Amino acid sequence: MSTSLALGMTLLVRPAAATQDELTQAMAKFAAGARIQTGRVVLDVAKLVDNGNAVPATVTVESPMNLSDHVVAIAIFNERNPQTEVASFQLGPRSGIAKVSTRIRLATTQQLVAMARMNDGSCWSHTIDVFVTLAACIETD
Amino acid sequence: MRYWRQALWAVILILANLQVISAQPSAAADGQGRRSGFADMGATTQAMQRDDRQNPAMLWVAEGDALWRRNTGSADKSCASCHGQVSSLQGVAAQYPRFDNQSQKPVNLGERINLCRQRHQLAPTLSHQDERLIALEALVAHQSRGMSIRPDTDPRLQAFRQRGEALFSQRFGQLDLSCAQCHDQQAGRLLGGTVIPQAHPTGYPLYRLEWQGMGTLQRRLRNCMSGVRAAPFAFGSEELLGLELYLAQRAAGMPLETPAVRP
Amino acid sequence: MARTLINLPKSVRRGDTVEIQTLIAHPMETGYRPGSDGVVLPRDLIRHFKCFFTDESGQQLVFAAELFPAISANPYLAFQFRATGSGTLTLLWEGDQGFSQTETVPLQVIG
Repeated sequence: MSTSLALGMTLLVRPAAATQDELTQAMAKFAAGARIQTGRVVLDVAKLVDNGNAVPATVTVESPMNLSDHVVAIAIFNERNPQTEVASFQLGPRSGIAKVSTRIRLATTQQLVAMARMNDGSCWSHTIDVFVTLAACIETD
Repeated sequence: MRYWRQALWAVILILANLQVISAQPSAAADGQGRRSGFADMGATTQAMQRDDRQNPAMLWVAEGDALWRRNTGSADKSCASCHGQVSSLQGVAAQYPRFDNQSQKPVNLGERINLCRQRHQLAPTLSHQDERLIALEALVAHQSRGMSIRPDTDPRLQAFRQRGEALFSQRFGQLDLSCAQCHDQQAGRLLGGTVIPQAHPTGYPLYRLEWQGMGTLQRRLRNCMSGVRAAPFAFGSEELLGLELYLAQRAAGMPLETPAVRP
Repeated sequence: MARTLINLPKSVRRGDTVEIQTLIAHPMETGYRPGSDGVVLPRDLIRHFKCFFTDESGQQLVFAAELFPAISANPYLAFQFRATGSGTLTLLWEGDQGFSQTETVPLQVIG
C-alpha cells in the first residue's frame, strides 16, 4: 500500500487487463486453424468515443450470403478490457446480409478486432484503434 | 463496389421508417448563440439519440406508456383515467417547472406526477430516482419533443427563478467554480477530452452513458456539484428547483429533445 | 420481465433483407464494478441471444449471439434477416440469475 502511494498510483484496485497474448490466443481459437487474412471485414467504430460505457460498433462482412458462400460466425475482441471477448455472432444464408450492430464497453484506449469465419473455413479480420478519454469531472452519484 | 446497393438500401430503410427518426436537434447555434449539448457529441452518439429504435431511453418511454395505463392507488385509477391519451399532454412538459397552488411552491414535472399520485390516485409518492417515476416523466416530456421550451410566466415563480440565477453564478466546492464559469464563459472549449456544453436542459429525463441509465436534471446538477467537490443540494430542494427554473428560462425557445442521450 | 423494444420495417416484400433492431432493459453488471460501499457488485449478464423464424416448414435458428461483460448495459443488437415468406420471429434472451425472456413478432410479407 505504501509503495502504491509513493508511486502516486490510484488506490482503486483495477482488475487485471487482458494482454496482447490473450488477444492473439482468442483470435487463433476463433480461426480454428485457418490462416487469419485481412480484408472482407469492416469494423466500424468511432475513432474517438464520447464515453467508454456505450460505444456503437457495427461489423459488416463482404459476402453474397448464399448457400455456397456465406459467413458462419463473426466475433469482436478487445485488447485491454479485463476480458478479451466482446461478443460472437452466428449467421447463415438466412441472414441475407452479414452485418451486426451493438454497443460495447471499452475500458481505455485500445485496439479492437473483428473477425469473420466463412463456410469454407476461411478466416478474415479487421483491427482498429479506438481512443477513449475519461470524463473530465470525477462525479459521484 | 457494393456501396450503391448499400446506399439504396439505406434510403429504402430510412423512407420506410421516417416516423421513427426524430426531428434533428440543431448542431448549430440559434439566433441567441445557444447550442444544445446534442451538438457537442460525436456523430455516433447523435445517431443513438436520433433513431428511436436505437435510443436506449425509449425503453423507459415504453415503460412509462405501460404505467400510464395501469390502475394504482386506493382510488384504483390510472393516469389515463383522468388524462385519456398521453398525447393530450403535448406541450405540457415544455412549460415546467410550474407553480403549484396547493403547496404554494414551484414543482418540476416529476413532482407534479407525484402530486397527481398522492391527490388523485391516492397512491404513495415515488422517490426522485425511482425508475417508474423517471419512466412516466420520460413519457410525458416525450410528448413535447420538438416543441419550444416555454417557461411558465406565473409571477409567483420569479423569486425562485432569481434565486436559481444567483446560484448559477455562485462559486461552489473545493474547486471553487460556479456553473457560469464553465457553462457561460468556457462553453465550447475542451476540459480534458470533453467539450464543455452550454448546459441547456433540452432533453431531460435523458439516458446518460456515464450513468448507463436514465436520470433527471436534478441528478445531473448534483453530479456537477460533486464534480467541483461541493456537497450537492438534496433532491427536491428549493435550490435545485430554483436552478431548474433559471435553466429553463435561459433555454427558452430551444426545442425539447426528450428523451435525449448524452455522454 | 424486462422491457424490450423490437423494430423491423412495417412493410416487407418477399425476398427483402430487413434489419431487426432489438433493445432490452438489463444492467449487464460486469462483476468488476464496485458499488457505492466499495464492494464489487455481483456479475449479472445476459449471456445468449437467439432469433428463430417459424413458418409452415418448421422452426429455424436465423441468428445467435454470445454476449460478454463488454456489451453495454441495456443491450442493443441489430442483425439482418432475409424474408422469404410470412411467419413468426421468436427472440430469446437468456442469462445469469435464471434470466430468460422470449418475445414473438409476426412477420408478414407481401408479394
